[in-house]
Amino acid sequence: MALFTLQDISVAYNKQNILKDFNLEIEKGKLVSLLGPSGCGKTTTLRLIAGFLQANEGKFLFKEKDYTKVPVNKRNFGFVFQNYALFPHLSIFDNIAFGLRLRKNAKSEIEKKVMNVLEIVNLKGFEKRYPQELSGGQKQRVAIARALVIEPDILLFDEPLSNLDANLRVNMRVEIRRIQQELGITTVYVSHDQEECFSISDQVAIMNKGIIEQLSDPATIYKYPETKFVADFIGFKNFIDFDKRTDHDGKIELNKSGYSFVLHKDPQMSNSTGKIGAIRPDDLLIREKDNTGAVQENSLPGRVKVSTYLGRSYQYVVETPIGDFTVNKEMAESYRTGQEIILEIPKNQMVLVD
Amino acid sequence: MQEKNRGLALFTFLVFLFLLGPLLIISVTSFEGGNILKFPPEEFSFRWYENIFNVDMFLVAFKTSILVSLGGNLLALLLGVPAAYALSRFDFKGKSVINAFFVSPILIPGIVLGFAFLRYIVGTYQLPIYAALFVGHTVIMLPFIIRVISSSLSNFDFSIEEAAESLGASKLGTFFTVVLPNIKSGILAAVMIAFLESFNNVDISVYMTGPGVSTFPIQMLTYVENYFDPTISAISVLLMFITAFFMFIVERLMGLSYFTKR
Repeated sequence: MALFTLQDISVAYNKQNILKDFNLEIEKGKLVSLLGPSGCGKTTTLRLIAGFLQANEGKFLFKEKDYTKVPVNKRNFGFVFQNYALFPHLSIFDNIAFGLRLRKNAKSEIEKKVMNVLEIVNLKGFEKRYPQELSGGQKQRVAIARALVIEPDILLFDEPLSNLDANLRVNMRVEIRRIQQELGITTVYVSHDQEECFSISDQVAIMNKGIIEQLSDPATIYKYPETKFVADFIGFKNFIDFDKRTDHDGKIELNKSGYSFVLHKDPQMSNSTGKIGAIRPDDLLIREKDNTGAVQENSLPGRVKVSTYLGRSYQYVVETPIGDFTVNKEMAESYRTGQEIILEIPKNQMVLVD
Repeated sequence: MQEKNRGLALFTFLVFLFLLGPLLIISVTSFEGGNILKFPPEEFSFRWYENIFNVDMFLVAFKTSILVSLGGNLLALLLGVPAAYALSRFDFKGKSVINAFFVSPILIPGIVLGFAFLRYIVGTYQLPIYAALFVGHTVIMLPFIIRVISSSLSNFDFSIEEAAESLGASKLGTFFTVVLPNIKSGILAAVMIAFLESFNNVDISVYMTGPGVSTFPIQMLTYVENYFDPTISAISVLLMFITAFFMFIVERLMGLSYFTKR
């Protein structure tokens, strides 16, 4: 059963829809990421859950109670901000104790809880310092501790790592996942960083223009994107808009400008009805043109248009009769610009999206 | 900047002499021993400093000024802090108009503003002199309060307000526990600048004062009209010190950048 639900939510600013008929259900104990480019509505969704802004239409249900009009300070949700938002005039101890004092906890209990949460975020001994004296990573830990200590029903993260440098980002996301799993706390995590979201989430919602394009576990999204936007966002660089799709038993036949291709029918994507083929640059095969002239299955004649060096591999842009393709190939084989080659689409590597 | 430009140095020195010379002369004359204000003084004494405290009208006017400046300050704070907060925190229609409205008392010549007050506060509404002084001085101080506090709020990160709310604080509670403590030096600076502005004000006060009620600077004017002894120099020196002391504290609190930027 869902812990909370966003039901037919619409949000508009200046008559522009940020969210339109938006629906989302999140189960207890899960870490769900909202992932998408800037302006896709992910932060709006998070702020709506927190109560910082009100929807024009729709309902927010928490434990099946209508929370739509419940103000922020009565929700008991923890919020971790991108810029940490620590109270500069308070010590680390007082920053963390802020929520507990409002809840009228006894002094001894506050002390116990603060010390306990400081240990969880690995900041023991910092309680007397002030926010200005901490590094970015430490500040973010304090921000997490401050949100955790009130034992929130939901923990909300708004791009918490985007102000940190790359190494620290990786460490902190592992920390966040560890804490989240240790405490079993339901979490919504907003980011525009695909790797970050995929690495820590139980489920990822990929958002675009105020709607969720796909909501699934990271592995499923990675392998079976359902829409062209999702496929593009997670690195399927090549798209073929097929003219015709014919479903057979166990295989799918596709046609484009006289070329025909066959795909194995994967039970995971059997529901898809789309006829846009998407394939990653790593999954395309490329080989030298042979002289037999025989037409091979799933293959296209092509010519190397651009070749760029990526370090561990080369990336080629290949020109074919049905459009350009981007192909990554290991160092061992290399092709010159202008060389005639054969491009092959493996039968089990292409997905069909809407 | 090792290179020295003697011409420029001389010019700067002359400008400062021109600006500060009169103050220096007043300071020197305040230590005159004789009965008449003159330069250079003939003998050295503190008697005119003593005399300030022996002239009743100075003491009464001083009390009036303090009362009006502090009372008006409080009133201006009550109006100015929420106004500055709203102007910094929210975007709304007509914001720039309201901003200009609050700052307008600085832009309108004091002598004109004073006349308007005379016409309406004293004339049309027939307020008693004290009440009129309070209202007038509140209006003088309000722009300074709003501008100094706004500039202090411009460095304030409003997401910490949201943080406080998400932890369970009400909107009002957030204002008192999170916003106020972080702008308190700004508020203190605003209070001091506004106090000086009000305490030293002549052009508006001159319309509002009446029989028996006078502010300190107005009393000084009255005194100069009737007496030629160096008491007025002694008072001027004291006022300079008070002002300098306040400005020193303001500088410590916020820096004087407020005066150099719009």
